[in-house]
Amino acid sequence: MAAPGIPTADREKLLEFLLRLADDHLILGHRLSEWCGHAPMLEEDLAMPNMALDLIGQARALYAYAAEVEGEGRTEDDFAYLRREREYRNCLLAERPNGDFAHTMLRQLTFAAFMEPMWRAMTASSDATLAGIAAKAVKEVAYHIRHAGEWVVRLGDGTEESARRMKAAAEELAPYVGELFETDEVTEAMAAAGVAPDPASLRQEFDRTIGAVFVEAGLAIPAAPWAQSGGRHGRHGEAMGYLLADLQYMQRTYPGAVW
Amino acid sequence: MAGRPGGGAKGLDAAAKAWQAAASVLDPEVPCVTIADLGILRSVEIESGVAVAKVTPTYSGCPAVLAIELSVEAALRGAGFDARVERVISPAWTTDWITAEGREKLRAFGIAPPEKAANSVRALFGETIVHCPKCGSENTSRVSEFGSTACKALYRCNSCREPFDYFKCI
Ligand SMILES: [Zn+2]
Repeated sequence: MAAPGIPTADREKLLEFLLRLADDHLILGHRLSEWCGHAPMLEEDLAMPNMALDLIGQARALYAYAAEVEGEGRTEDDFAYLRREREYRNCLLAERPNGDFAHTMLRQLTFAAFMEPMWRAMTASSDATLAGIAAKAVKEVAYHIRHAGEWVVRLGDGTEESARRMKAAAEELAPYVGELFETDEVTEAMAAAGVAPDPASLRQEFDRTIGAVFVEAGLAIPAAPWAQSGGRHGRHGEAMGYLLADLQYMQRTYPGAVW
Repeated sequence: MAGRPGGGAKGLDAAAKAWQAAASVLDPEVPCVTIADLGILRSVEIESGVAVAKVTPTYSGCPAVLAIELSVEAALRGAGFDARVERVISPAWTTDWITAEGREKLRAFGIAPPEKAANSVRALFGETIVHCPKCGSENTSRVSEFGSTACKALYRCNSCREPFDYFKCI
């Protein structure tokens, strides 16, 4: 069933690719869920868990498929809850702490602006399962762009205080943008097999989306002093361990617990 | 073959009966419509004596998926079948699959049905015109992109002043 067009030798690369994508969505979804009960207003208290549900739902579908591709009897829960920090392949952007509301919204916009063209291209993936997951996700991520984009404009073009915070968020997140577009033997294999686009090819569209929002928000795009990297190879920031302690608590304490 | 009602052969009768049982399951979060109205019940077939229902999730993170699958299985067993439910991901469900009857039921329940043509490219800050389910007015405004469940957004009618849910278009 898995991945027509992928020779068996590349199964490992497909698995790696699926875990990167799934981990991005699980970890960012977990971050958003941390806002539940703490958002600045009721509508946002509904919005953030809703977006978290989208992301975690997408992650579930990807983990379930990863388990099938791996074929060693692991389940989606094993991938989500029972790996060690160095085995997670998410981009560093996803694990960045929530910070203030401006920070969270810009992180969301950044990730969504990257994923929208990615999912769109993957709706035509040579891998039918991924094409099905993408067909749904591409519509969901459009909501995230719109929602987060509107907040970035409202805050960037808002009061002196909100503009200061949005500018600070832009500067702090800038080093984490480059990693999204990294190319290596995994992304090359996926592009060659028509499974997923080369991330580097999405950069122009990403810049257009972010540029349009920043112009309306009256924000300048900060030059990143350096590009932080390592998440795709399991090298994470300090915040990741704390996040996993929270995320994995239940399964580590009550192994095998189910609903 | 997929067991929509009708047909004369014995197997088909069983399939039609199974379809009817599964199709009567209500959506747990929007209980004014059945899963057949929503278009998420894809098919019910009899395979070597077992009723196999194919169900597709609405939104990726829909927490109701499992509840729906269990309800379908229970409904089929209640109708006397051995039953199995399969989750189908591709092709992906869209709100365009909601039947005309389903859309009418949503409206009568006070939920604005999704505007058609989910696949059209949405402008980044473009607004969809959503009609008020009470008075039909086009003069409505969005209160929040995200509502009480993953599938709904919050709107307000500027004509009759009613707040209402809009079933999001995906
Ligand atoms: Zn009205």
